[in-house]
Amino acid sequence: MRIGIDVGGTNTDAVLLEGRDVISWAKRPTTPNVTDGIRAALQAVLSGTDVSLRDIGAVMIGTTHFTNAVVQRRELDRIAAVRLGLPATQAIPPLTDWPDELREAVAGLVRLLPGGHQFDGREIAPLDRAAVDQLIAELRAEGIDTVAVTAVFSPAVPDHERAIGAWLREALPGVNLTLSHEIGRLGLLERENAAALNACLTTLARRTISAFTRALAELGIEAPLYLSQNDGTLMAAGFAARYPVLTFASGPTNSMRGAAALSGIADAVVLDVGGTTTDGGVLVNGFPREASFEVEVGGVRTNFRMPDVVSVGLGGGSLVTADGGRVGPQSVGYRLTEEALIFGGRTLTASDIAVAAGRASFGDPARARSLPLDLVQRALAVIDGRLSELVDALKTSPDPVPVVVVGGGSVLVPDEIEGASVVVRPPYAEVANAIGAAIAQVSGEVDRVFSLEGRSRDAVLAEAKAEAERLAVEAGADPATMKVVEVDEIPLAYLPSTAVRVRVKAVGDLRGV
Amino acid sequence: MWYVDEERLEHIAIGAGILGTGGGGNPYYGKLHVRRLLREGARIPVVSLDEVPDDALVVSVGGMGAPTVGIERIHRGDEPLVALRALEEHLGRWATHLIPGEIGGANSTRPMAISAMTGLPVIDADGMGRAFPELQMDTFAIYGVSSTPAALADIYHNVVLFPRLADALTLERYARAVTVQMGGAAGYAFPAMSGAEAKRTAVPMTLSLAEAAGAAVRRARREHADPVAAVLRVTGGQVVFRGKVIDVQRRLVAGFARGVVELDGLGDDRGSRMCIDFQNENLIARRDGDVVVVVPDLICLVDAETAEPVTTEVVRYGLRVAVLGIPAPALLKTPQALAVVGPAAFGYPGIEYRPLPGIYGGDRLVGERGGTEPSWPRSG
Repeated sequence: MRIGIDVGGTNTDAVLLEGRDVISWAKRPTTPNVTDGIRAALQAVLSGTDVSLRDIGAVMIGTTHFTNAVVQRRELDRIAAVRLGLPATQAIPPLTDWPDELREAVAGLVRLLPGGHQFDGREIAPLDRAAVDQLIAELRAEGIDTVAVTAVFSPAVPDHERAIGAWLREALPGVNLTLSHEIGRLGLLERENAAALNACLTTLARRTISAFTRALAELGIEAPLYLSQNDGTLMAAGFAARYPVLTFASGPTNSMRGAAALSGIADAVVLDVGGTTTDGGVLVNGFPREASFEVEVGGVRTNFRMPDVVSVGLGGGSLVTADGGRVGPQSVGYRLTEEALIFGGRTLTASDIAVAAGRASFGDPARARSLPLDLVQRALAVIDGRLSELVDALKTSPDPVPVVVVGGGSVLVPDEIEGASVVVRPPYAEVANAIGAAIAQVSGEVDRVFSLEGRSRDAVLAEAKAEAERLAVEAGADPATMKVVEVDEIPLAYLPSTAVRVRVKAVGDLRGV
Repeated sequence: MWYVDEERLEHIAIGAGILGTGGGGNPYYGKLHVRRLLREGARIPVVSLDEVPDDALVVSVGGMGAPTVGIERIHRGDEPLVALRALEEHLGRWATHLIPGEIGGANSTRPMAISAMTGLPVIDADGMGRAFPELQMDTFAIYGVSSTPAALADIYHNVVLFPRLADALTLERYARAVTVQMGGAAGYAFPAMSGAEAKRTAVPMTLSLAEAAGAAVRRARREHADPVAAVLRVTGGQVVFRGKVIDVQRRLVAGFARGVVELDGLGDDRGSRMCIDFQNENLIARRDGDVVVVVPDLICLVDAETAEPVTTEVVRYGLRVAVLGIPAPALLKTPQALAVVGPAAFGYPGIEYRPLPGIYGGDRLVGERGGTEPSWPRSG
């Protein structure tokens, strides 16, 4: 048995699954400290079941906590961004394309040092011990203990990142290090950005993940804790504490994977209606369609593969103007159960409109009945118009498509949407995110430039696949369920040599759950 | 004369990406470099061909190499300047003007960085009006400008000078071999030519064209108009297909990424298929087996909604794209040019070049503006 938890901006959801069957589920408000909400949801999902805590094999948490921290520029550490690449790469120093206010907030030190490698594995320059000692002195002087290191071609040759990492650890015990080759792919600036963002989140990640672990321990749950990543696969909590950046787009991925599992529909538009926003995405063969271009997080360009998601400011907590003419983007968020009319509050929200219109029944429906009919109708027209625009923007053809609706605010959605062949509300749609987290698999990925000098293409591909599978097993995958889900082979254009960039991803079910 | 500012730089990068016809490298990196230099106070003057004296010494500068190296081992920045200095030393003359070799892709912005470092003006023209994979395919070589002397420089400021080679094709081979030894990417300075030769051989007004195309895209996005239509109004040409990528095959042939992109029609094109052959850049577009666009006419894949260019390196299953067919610059349509950049030169001897109707946007700008100051309204 496993428990999936989704920590959203408004609600914290938990589901208890046996295989793919939902045993129980619960929804509790997200609390400012996050952990209390998780504890409440966990208690609720376990109460009333005769499940022994020992039968829980794993707990999976999906959270947007770290993404929000970057977007809102809060609780970020001051860091040093160090690049190894001189004499190359000077044209564009680290963090050049960051929003000014973010760079000023976090970049305590930016340094470019000799090092890194060429595409064929030769050193660009040897590491300069004296320059590194100078860096260490500066770190001490500035009181910076968090460092992101990015070396040119480190995904192929990580030696320099590892070496400088060892020197820094030796000189500065307790230093927090992010080495770019451990989180990113080829593309220096984007990988460097990801490494720097990861470093910024060091303290917050450590605190948050240990709070998660503590919440489980306090409830007597001894099962291992996993966090979901961008691509819908899992990482162990200890790993996530060091690589929080890998959780960035897990929310939409989980909700779409959950929607596919719950509805049994592999190709559809998915609308995840939350408290503040509605995220729309497209399922292709049961997986989210990926964004085709570099994705920015909080104004910073990264090259993570993220689901292609369109968000609109419309959710269950969206504020409705007194005449019903505007809905959102402002929202009462997690204070819905205090501030909405149907909960005895004084704020007119989209949930009040849905209840008044009979699309849902929760809170105190009598309170919604007092709303003027024309106001309700006007607000409904606004809501329905926004939703059909969103569906239209996501569709790949003018033909009607199935629309799967999930999320806590899904009651807002009417049974008919322009452009939809059918509106499907799968059971447990309110907790699709948590289900997506619970059913996630584990993966291993390789993205490197290989030389074909003296070896066959097949041998190189076999090596890449074996390494991806090994990484997946290290991450907890059951070798028996292992599948290579992606093989991408990109020749290095304009090089009449025999180098090829190979990207392989292997995925398997979590062992022993 | 006009000056490159941050806004125009943004526009040029967008337009150059589209004119890259799937290749040419990403202009993003050069843009960031030039933007930094502008913020440090650099001035980058742009002059039109007719402002260039006949006895000027015009040199094409930029970067050559593998785009995959370019996104990882970012350039040092002054490699083309080091190559230029070596060339000047060899010629015993100072260069007076810089010119981009290739407006499509990364080399649209590199000469601006060298302009910022030297104060030399950049000419509003280039050697292709688009992107091509090889050196002998620029109009300088096609119309008889000597490719040598030529210089390459690497990140260590090592210089390789080719005082004399038989022709551009030979330079292509030798320079490519040296570039690999230089780590897969190098700065170049060649060819050197007189102002008179530049006027005779360069494709005119292409920086203005890239700027106008990028400005049109940005304006359309801002005003929620159709960015694809906005681009075409500037570049000339038409949408030849709208569809979804259903297959991409890639293979490496003699150092070039060759392959085929297959599209399934959407909207009015539902029920039809389009196949696009590429060799770094897109070469031939076939609709249900019939050839509809042929190199040197431009075949540009852009995101159907945003007009963001989709390069042959990133194109993949599921993308919804508009395929633009843009007529080639007049200088690429002569028999002399077609022998080098026509379908036969890319290994399609059986395909005849039938030009798309219409006029290349750069050529039209020459007619409309006749030359110097951009006359279109500027926002902000």
